[in-house]
Amino acid sequence: MAKLPPYTSTGEYIWHYVYRSICGLIFLFLIMPIIVVLPLSFNVEPYFSFTKGMLNFDPTAYSLRWYEDILRNGMKAPDAPFDWAWLADTWNNGQWIRAIRNSFFIGICATLLSTALGTLAAIGLSRSEMPYRRLVMSILISPMIVPLIITAAGMFYFYSQVHLSQTYLGVIMAHAVLGTPFVIITVTATLVGFDKSLVRASQSLGAGAVTTFRKVQMPLIIPGVISGGLFAFITSFDEVVAVLFLASPEQRTIPRQMWSGIREQISPTILAVATLLVILSIILLTVLELLRRRSERLRGITSS
Amino acid sequence: MYEALVADLKTARADRTIGRAATRVNQEFPGTRSLFTSTARKAKKLKPPFKESVIKANKKWSNIEVWQAMKITSQDLTPGFYATALDGRYTVDQGFVRQDENRQIYVKLFWRTMLISATVMGLCLLLGYPVAYLLATLPLRASNLLMIMVLLPFWTSLLVRTTAWIAILQSQGVINDLMVFVGITADDARFSLIYNMTGTIIAMTHILLPFMILPLYSVMKTIPPSYMRAARSLGATPTMAFIKVYMPQTIPGIGAGGLLVFILAIGYYITPALVGGQDGQLISNMIAYHMQKSLNWSLAAALGGILLAGVLVLYWAYDKVIGIDNMKLG
Repeated sequence: MAKLPPYTSTGEYIWHYVYRSICGLIFLFLIMPIIVVLPLSFNVEPYFSFTKGMLNFDPTAYSLRWYEDILRNGMKAPDAPFDWAWLADTWNNGQWIRAIRNSFFIGICATLLSTALGTLAAIGLSRSEMPYRRLVMSILISPMIVPLIITAAGMFYFYSQVHLSQTYLGVIMAHAVLGTPFVIITVTATLVGFDKSLVRASQSLGAGAVTTFRKVQMPLIIPGVISGGLFAFITSFDEVVAVLFLASPEQRTIPRQMWSGIREQISPTILAVATLLVILSIILLTVLELLRRRSERLRGITSS
Repeated sequence: MYEALVADLKTARADRTIGRAATRVNQEFPGTRSLFTSTARKAKKLKPPFKESVIKANKKWSNIEVWQAMKITSQDLTPGFYATALDGRYTVDQGFVRQDENRQIYVKLFWRTMLISATVMGLCLLLGYPVAYLLATLPLRASNLLMIMVLLPFWTSLLVRTTAWIAILQSQGVINDLMVFVGITADDARFSLIYNMTGTIIAMTHILLPFMILPLYSVMKTIPPSYMRAARSLGATPTMAFIKVYMPQTIPGIGAGGLLVFILAIGYYITPALVGGQDGQLISNMIAYHMQKSLNWSLAAALGGILLAGVLVLYWAYDKVIGIDNMKLG
């Protein structure tokens, strides 16, 4: 906590601590949902609320049954002995397992697509000879701003006509569209610090455009590309509106499964999944922070 | 004219397009769907003079408005759905006519969407400003640590946060249990915090708060702390120095964050649908309803078109004021 200067008056002292407490409450507001979800996912009862036993830290009030339910839900023979056949059953029939598989498949494909397209777009947009730069930029960023429901409805009309709705390809393309703006923004931000004379130097030493891009430009902007990719991945991983409109039950993703879970049968399985997703986002956040530090080091800005 | 109608109804019934045509006219003039289908069923038996026999089959055919509705629906392009989306009707002879008082729902919904978005924006500013100020003035090590508390919700799935708010706000939830435990409210008089407008506003404020804090923080970090000290040494009270010296410099951040939160809030769909109940629904939910339930896609498109126009205006303003290239993430 910062030392207050000696000339601080009593009123200011009081205000200082009142202000700190207000900020503390706001931070509590920000973090509370995440804190509440964690213990509730270990609830032994099928409710969303804390039981007496949980508050008394009674070990029997806690269980892992909802985590098991993630595996068991939708299986043909959930009570069969635990062996390879059981694992194959959950892999093929488990509702949540299928959703998790779909989410990763769609997320990774969409991320690759939007990272490739977004990086190229950002490099093109960073060149000064690009005509209508501002207009093109704002059109490419627009999927982030336009209400998702409108984008999703529009895609539904269009994809239905070209027979892309209810296919994996359709969902992947939709998610790639939604993820591309994030890549463009992060890559553009790294390109601001990029020294253009490096490209000229490389070309004067005899490298072609492709070699220059691969050996000179790419290594320097890679932190921006990766963090853009992470943003695109989390966007796809968290997206439900486009999936609601475009996907058939075959392509259910985790958020889609949670959506129907909240609307139809509320069970703490959702909270168990939510806990796993929180852990995933902590991992992604850490990776992003490490990348940011690396990028600052590369560009010679030291962070204390 | 009536003879042509009977012939058309006959062929429409034969190739089974009567249902679609009737639904379409019904959207323009409610209560006519059965008129078309029933008359089409009888069409074979109708004999000349057609005018009398058609009107005998169903009296509604003598109503001029039915014919006007048919005229409107026969055009390829019609402003009719936009008229409906603005609580009016488009008629042949009078143009745009307002709908009856008790059937006006869309304009009210647009206003409510604006109101909720503005409330969420105000709350975000109220909560985000002190936090951003704290983060900007603390030493870097401490503020980086606290920044995690802002970024973690930002990176957590929307569905996870909405689920968590259901667990917190429901009548058997954490807040209500706590209130009963402390004795603020009786066990049988728990607050209804969710499945209404309150729930929508609380959950949306939480979800959009990081979008306010991050731009505010990046602006506040660039303000040198010496300005405040200079103001103090020149005799300003702390409050005075803050209002006159510090606040004006944060206006770009307030504009950026506020506009972003408002733009995002106005098109929100998932959270209102899950925690909104009846009176916490926004315009997006109505669009989804017309897309998925009532299957009136044209009306959904008209509502979406109006919403899109509004968002594009705000987007344009954002681009002019802040610049799209200056948008920062995390």
